[in-house]
Amino acid sequence: MEDEQSFSDICGGRLALQRRYYSPSCREFCLSCPRISLRSLTAVTCTVWLAAYGLFTLCENSMVLSAAIFITLLGLLGYLHFVKIDQETLLIIDSLGIQMTSSYASGKESTTFIEMGKVKDVVINEAIYMQKVIYYLCILLKDPVEPHGVSQVVPLFQSAKPRLDCLIEVYKSCQEILAHQKAPSTSL
Amino acid sequence: MGLVSRGTAAAGLGPARAAVRPRPPDAVPNLISTPPPEGAAPGSSRVPSMVLKAFFPTCCASADSGLLVGRWVPEQSSAVVLAVVHFPFIPIQVKELLAQVQQASRVGVAVLGTWCHRRQEPEESLGHFLEGLGAIFSHEPWLQLCRERGSKFWSCKATHRQVPTCPATSGEDQVMLVFYDQRKVLLSQLHPPAALPDRQAGDATASAVGLAAVFDTVARSEALFRSDWFDEGPVRLSHWQSEGVEASILVELAKWAAGPICLLLTCLLSLVSAASACRICPSGGCCFAAFQAQDRARLHGSLHGFMRPTRMFKLWPLSFVWSKLSTCEQLRHRLEQLTLVFSTQKAKNPTQLMRKANMLVSVLLDVALGLVLLSWLHRKDRIGQLADALIPVADHVAEELQHLLQWLMGAPAGLKMNRALDQVLGRFFLYHIHLWIGYIHLMSPFIECILWHVGLSACLGLTVALSILSDIIALLTFHIYCFYVYGARLYCLKIYGLSSLWRLFRGKKWNVLRQRVDSCSYDLDQLRLLVVTVQGLIHLLVDLVNSLPLYSLGLRLCRPYRLAAGVKFRVLEHEAGSPLRLLMQINPLSYSRVVHTYRLPSCGCHPKHSWGSLCRKLFFGELIYPWRQRGDKQD
Repeated sequence: MEDEQSFSDICGGRLALQRRYYSPSCREFCLSCPRISLRSLTAVTCTVWLAAYGLFTLCENSMVLSAAIFITLLGLLGYLHFVKIDQETLLIIDSLGIQMTSSYASGKESTTFIEMGKVKDVVINEAIYMQKVIYYLCILLKDPVEPHGVSQVVPLFQSAKPRLDCLIEVYKSCQEILAHQKAPSTSL
Repeated sequence: MGLVSRGTAAAGLGPARAAVRPRPPDAVPNLISTPPPEGAAPGSSRVPSMVLKAFFPTCCASADSGLLVGRWVPEQSSAVVLAVVHFPFIPIQVKELLAQVQQASRVGVAVLGTWCHRRQEPEESLGHFLEGLGAIFSHEPWLQLCRERGSKFWSCKATHRQVPTCPATSGEDQVMLVFYDQRKVLLSQLHPPAALPDRQAGDATASAVGLAAVFDTVARSEALFRSDWFDEGPVRLSHWQSEGVEASILVELAKWAAGPICLLLTCLLSLVSAASACRICPSGGCCFAAFQAQDRARLHGSLHGFMRPTRMFKLWPLSFVWSKLSTCEQLRHRLEQLTLVFSTQKAKNPTQLMRKANMLVSVLLDVALGLVLLSWLHRKDRIGQLADALIPVADHVAEELQHLLQWLMGAPAGLKMNRALDQVLGRFFLYHIHLWIGYIHLMSPFIECILWHVGLSACLGLTVALSILSDIIALLTFHIYCFYVYGARLYCLKIYGLSSLWRLFRGKKWNVLRQRVDSCSYDLDQLRLLVVTVQGLIHLLVDLVNSLPLYSLGLRLCRPYRLAAGVKFRVLEHEAGSPLRLLMQINPLSYSRVVHTYRLPSCGCHPKHSWGSLCRKLFFGELIYPWRQRGDKQD
C-alpha cells in the first residue's frame, strides 16, 4: 500500500513523504528533499568566474581561467556526490531491525542498519539549532552494560529536517511496529 | 490483542505440554540439537509472536525439490538454510551426514523442513510425500517453502507440532523470507568482529548474537559445502559450491611452495641481521645467538641493545650517528617487516593475516617504485648532471649567506645595533661558511661516484631512496642548522627575558637592547623553514608509504564484500497474501575505516612533526631536531 503526502521542513521548503506498508511487520518511509536550485548554482558559478577574471586581469596568466573552470566542475561534482542528499529512507522491519538509507544527488547510497536487539526506543526530541528550537526523530540504543541506560542517540532525517507534523506520522507507525517487540516481554 | 492471547494460551497449556512452554529469554539455549529423530526437539523454544525469518541462499532458489538443511536460532526465531538435499535419499544416510558435519564444524545442523519447486509434476503426490517427511525428521517449527514455476511469489508455512487447543490461534507463524548470497557471506568478515575471536577446542557453541550469528553459521559450515554434484556420495546436496568446488591451480601451487621459500628467506634474513649486528660489535657471542632462528625476538633485542651508546662506549660516535640517520631506521624497519612476513608461523587470526598481506604488498610496491626511479636516474646520465650542478649551487648559497651576514654586520634597514656583538656573531658565522665551502670543494671529485652508489640503493625501495635523500639534505645544510641553533637559543633567551620582564615593561622604560638579535634570527629562520619543510615532507611521504595498508585498500576496491561493516536489506516485489521477501546484501566498510583499522605501525615520528607543533616550536624558540630523538616511540 503506497501513500504520498506533502509536508514542509524547518526552513519552509517542500518535502514529500512516501509511505509504503509492505506488511504488518514491514514499513518504509521515504522523504524527498528539495532539489538543487538553478538560481543558486548560477550565482555561485558567476561569482567564481568573475573573481577568476579579476585575477586574470591582474596577473595576465590564462592558467587562472582554466583553473577556475576546473575548480567549478570539481566543486560541483564533489557537492553532488558528497553533500547534497536527495532522499532519505527509513525501513523498519519487525524483529530484524531499522535501516536508514541516504541517496545523494549523484546516485550514491549510504546505508546503516541497526539490529532490533540494540534498539531501545524511537522518540521525538527537541534541540536548539542556531536560533530555533526544532524537533527531530531519533533512535535510542540500548546500553550493554546498564539495562535501563541509553548508550547512543541516532538522529534520523538529518538533512531533510521535517517539521513536527511529519515526524508524528512516522513516529506513530514506528511505535506500532515496536509494540510487537515490547508485548512479549510484558506478558511473560 | 491476538498477540497477547497467544501468549496466555501458550502459558495456559496443560502439564503434558510443559516441555514446549517458551522459556524466559535469559536461559541458555541448547544450540547443539541432537540429530532430529525422536520426541520433542529441544530447540523448540522461541519467542512467541516474533516473526519467523527464513534465511535462504539465492543459489538454491532454482534447485529441485528436497529437504531443507540448516540451523535454527531460537532467540531470534530465525532459520538459516544452508543447503537442499535432493531426492532420492535414505533418511539414515542424511542423518549420518548431518552428524558428521555437526562434529566437524560444531554447528547445530538439522533438517529444517521441505522445499518444493513445482515444475511439471502433479501437485498432489508430491504434497503428500513431503508431509510424510515431517514425520521422519521432526523439527520444531517445520518449514514448508514452495515455489511455483514461473512465479516470483513464494508460499511459506511454518507449523508447530504441538498445536494449541484454542481455536482462535493457529499453529502457524508469519514467515519472512530473507535471501542471502552464500559465497559472499561465507567470505566476508564483519567489522567490528562480533563473535569471540578465540575459538578454543572446548568452545563448542557459536556465541554471536544478532545477524552475526548468520555469518558465523555459514562461515563455520564449510564441511557441508565440500561435496558437489560430481561426487559419488550417498546424498546429493545443493549449495553454492555444488556445481564444482572453487579452487585455483596457482593458489594451490603457491601454498605448496610457500613453506620452503619462507624457510629459506628467514635464514637469509637472520644472516643479514647478524651481519649488521656484527659490524657494530665484533664479538663472537652475537653471531652465535643470531643463528638460532627461533630467537628472533632476542636478536632484535640485542640489535637495539648495541645501538645504545652506553654499552659500546668505544664505538660511541659511530653508533650514535648510525641511530640518527633516517636511512638506517628505514632499513631496520623494512628488515623487521620482512622477517614478520616470511616467518614460518601461520597467522593466528584474520587481523594478523591482513597485516602480513599489507606488509608484503607495501614492500613489493616500494621495490617496484624504486626500480622505476633507478631506471629513470640512470638514463641520459642524470647523475652526472646532478653532480655537476651541486657544486655551483653550494657556492651560490654560500655567497648569498656571506652577503647577508655582511649586511647584518653593518646597519641593516637603518637600525642602529650593538656593533661589538654584531661583529662577534658575524665573524663566527662567516668562519663556519668558510669551513663548509672548503669541505664541499674537497669532496667534489667523489660526489659523482657517491651519488651513483646511492642511486643503486633505490632498488631496495623508494622509501630507502627518499630516506637517503633526506639524510643528504640534512648533512649538506648542517651549517645552516648550526646558525639556526645559535640564533634559536639566543631568541629563546630573549623570549624568556621578555616574558619575565613583562610586568616591569608596563610603565617602565623601553629596553632597546633586547631588540638586537631579533632580525638576525628571523632571517635565518626563513631559510631554515624552507629546509625543514622539505625534510618534513619527505618524512611524511616515507611514513605514508610505510603505514598505508595497500592490500586492504585493494581488497576494498576489488572485492568489497570481504570487508563488511554490516548488512543492508532490500524489499523485493511484494504481493498481498504472500510472505514478505527481502534481499540481504553486504554493506562494505568505508575507506577511512579500512585505513584506520588496518594501519601499519610506522616509525613513529609522525606525531612529532605535524605542522601545528612545527609552527609552535618555531614561535617559542624550542629546538627542532631533524633526526629522530631517542625518546621517540619505536615500532
